[in-house]
Amino acid sequence: MQIQSRQFARDNKLFACIQCGKCTGGCPVSFKTALNIRDLIYQILATGRQGFEVSGIEVLWDCTTCNTCTARCPKEVSPMDVVIGLRGAVVESGRIPETVKVALESTFRQGNPLTFPREDRAAWAKDLELKAYPDGAEWLYFVGCSPAYDPRVQKVARALARTFEAAELDFGTLGVEETCCGSETRRLGEAGLFEMLVEDNTELLQGYGVDNIVTTSPHCYNTFVNDYPDQGMEVQHYTQVIAKLIAEGRLTFSGELDKAVTYHDACYLGKHNGIFDPPREILQAIPGLKYVEMDRSRERSLCCEGGGGRMWLEGTNIEERLAYQRVDEAIETGAEILATACPFCLLTLEDAVKTRGKEDQLQVMDIMELVVQAL
Amino acid sequence: MNDTGQSTVAPAALVIGGGIAGIQASLDIADAGFRVYLVEREPSIGGRMAQLDKTFPTLDCSSCILTPRTVDVDRHPGIELMTYSEVMGVEAEGDGFKVAVKKKPRYVDVTKCTGCGLCAEACRMHGRVDSEFDEGIAKRSPIYVPFPQAVPLKYTIDPNTCLYLTRGRCGKEFLCQNACPADAIDFEQTEEIVELEVGAVVVATGFDPFDPTKKPEFGYAQYDNVITALEFERLASASGPTAGKIVLGEREINDVVFIQCVGSRDKQVGNPYCSRVCCMYTAKQAHLVHEKLPDAFVTVLYMDIRAFGKGFEEFYDRVREEGAFYRRGNPSEIIRQGDQLIVRAEDTLLGQPVEIPADLVVLAVGMEPRRDCQSMAEMLDIPEDGFFREAHPKMEPVGTGTEGIYLAGTCQGPMDIPDTVAHAKAAAAAAMIRLARARAKTK
Repeated sequence: MQIQSRQFARDNKLFACIQCGKCTGGCPVSFKTALNIRDLIYQILATGRQGFEVSGIEVLWDCTTCNTCTARCPKEVSPMDVVIGLRGAVVESGRIPETVKVALESTFRQGNPLTFPREDRAAWAKDLELKAYPDGAEWLYFVGCSPAYDPRVQKVARALARTFEAAELDFGTLGVEETCCGSETRRLGEAGLFEMLVEDNTELLQGYGVDNIVTTSPHCYNTFVNDYPDQGMEVQHYTQVIAKLIAEGRLTFSGELDKAVTYHDACYLGKHNGIFDPPREILQAIPGLKYVEMDRSRERSLCCEGGGGRMWLEGTNIEERLAYQRVDEAIETGAEILATACPFCLLTLEDAVKTRGKEDQLQVMDIMELVVQAL
Repeated sequence: MNDTGQSTVAPAALVIGGGIAGIQASLDIADAGFRVYLVEREPSIGGRMAQLDKTFPTLDCSSCILTPRTVDVDRHPGIELMTYSEVMGVEAEGDGFKVAVKKKPRYVDVTKCTGCGLCAEACRMHGRVDSEFDEGIAKRSPIYVPFPQAVPLKYTIDPNTCLYLTRGRCGKEFLCQNACPADAIDFEQTEEIVELEVGAVVVATGFDPFDPTKKPEFGYAQYDNVITALEFERLASASGPTAGKIVLGEREINDVVFIQCVGSRDKQVGNPYCSRVCCMYTAKQAHLVHEKLPDAFVTVLYMDIRAFGKGFEEFYDRVREEGAFYRRGNPSEIIRQGDQLIVRAEDTLLGQPVEIPADLVVLAVGMEPRRDCQSMAEMLDIPEDGFFREAHPKMEPVGTGTEGIYLAGTCQGPMDIPDTVAHAKAAAAAAMIRLARARAKTK
């Protein structure tokens, strides 16, 4: 499977590249696998009038789409989108990893990449008696696939719903009508399916006249804000909403949490969208909590390796998971809890703690789980 | 012209800014017999050049070649030096300009101050304020001269840090006043607006160095041993805070990494242009490291090397022959491992990501327009493109499109010292042509 090099280079503004190497030099994956995006860009440019062969480039699937390369490129090239574009060509050829195929098919049929039935999407909230958004609510709580189905992340969704109720935020959900936002579909290169999801979701949301959306996942947040056509809807990640509720005095704590906590910046909040402060504001507002910062934080944060479809891909070097490094960095700060605000980070980091046998030193929790403990 | 056909242009020029550009333009215009008002907002003239250690590619001591000029300015009968003053308004009037200058209160009577410095030593806040001249590496008193060769060598009380001026009281008595043998301290001073009439204006307001906190990936705000090139100049300077020793606390410095193009050629920070000086000043600094720390391992991380001036390529050759390792790759981030800094980059010639240990990282920060460039442009009614825009990029390099107002030096765009001096001389020539024509008409 070949791409037309010149056209691809023009579409992705690759002629602007000066081969400075900043993309590869900051890529967290380049240090552990053979993925070298600067080199790939050069190869595409160098094939000139010929085509560029994409099949067999296994390292394409290593990229976590953490956005470090794109955020730092001095010439405003987006190396990350080059990876997504090349994946697209591979997807078109059909020669994709089996796990990806399963995730994409499940997204198409069941509206989630996790192979769960569509009709079970609201099961996480069975006993909560949440308002249905169509009955009228100020905010649509867009739950997302992992929080709806994954037993570990369901706890986050439940904590968030409880907190919203405590703050008397008027919110509702779409229940089983909610469908995958398509974030990971797009990043796996399945542009056609993503387009379909955008159309379905746009129709659904517009149909209910949705004005305000709050998401559990930074990935849903990002895709609504940056990948969907602008529909005049206000989309916020939960950390923004909760931080504001605290600042306005609508959410108060009566409990305490006597723990040292550090925060892991999710790429799709931080590096993609510059949301660094709200998560920290929430943690620092919890009484008794001792907040510590890791050396690599904010713009220099290390990706956990769970984005860009990597929840369904092992990559070419599983021995050196970035999440392992991240867990070590968290332990180095003396923190007892590594907090995050992203379902993928939560799962990936918790898995790393278990694999490394560090459960007695570090606990991985979502910010919302800490918040409900202190309500 | 007035109705008798005579020119209304005063045979005088206003020069805004007392760096090397303003100094050179002032000297040239005054040497031609016209009056010059040189207005500098800081307490001393000298500008950025006074901060530098050596200059490329000749390794002349910067302050040694600058000081004779600053002294000439001070002594020149045709130059009225107005330091610690700011231009508040420039209005076209007839063929000339009416200028309002604010003389800020120094709280020191300059006719009495002898520059002895006893006040600064006596001050309760002695050694507790960051010295701007030393880029914060050394401390000063709220009553201070920016550097020992300051012109004029007159003390100034900084209203932002003086206890009395910020809080309304300073112990039972003023220690500076008690210490001053000349009775020069005067807290009653107030600002004064002076009106001038001039026939030409030379704008020589200089540049601001790029603020490296805008590239958070380099950890400038986090790590003490990540410094800017200007901080390095102060460390390297024999008259600087470390007497020319490259030291940072207790740390032994073995590995030095220079990073080029910080805030230049970078659309992410809105500076798409090349700052023109960083390649060569970095080469010079690499040379200085080898001179001062012969065993140090020096790595220069670069994208392209631009050594385009006279003697530049030869100097670049020399620095490499001395052992500076030029490694191609624009580094992406600096992190800490234990107590060691690690610079992460791709060596693009190897095609491999690399982690380079460093005891000291020097960021080659580029040049930016002054923060107040836009308001200045509005006040002067001249165009700007970030920097002030010349009237024609080729044929009118010092004109502004407004008759009588000319640009000198880095306020127009990044330049090195020789280009700045040449540009300033051109601006002076343009101003002198205008003033000479007016004078011819009045005769």
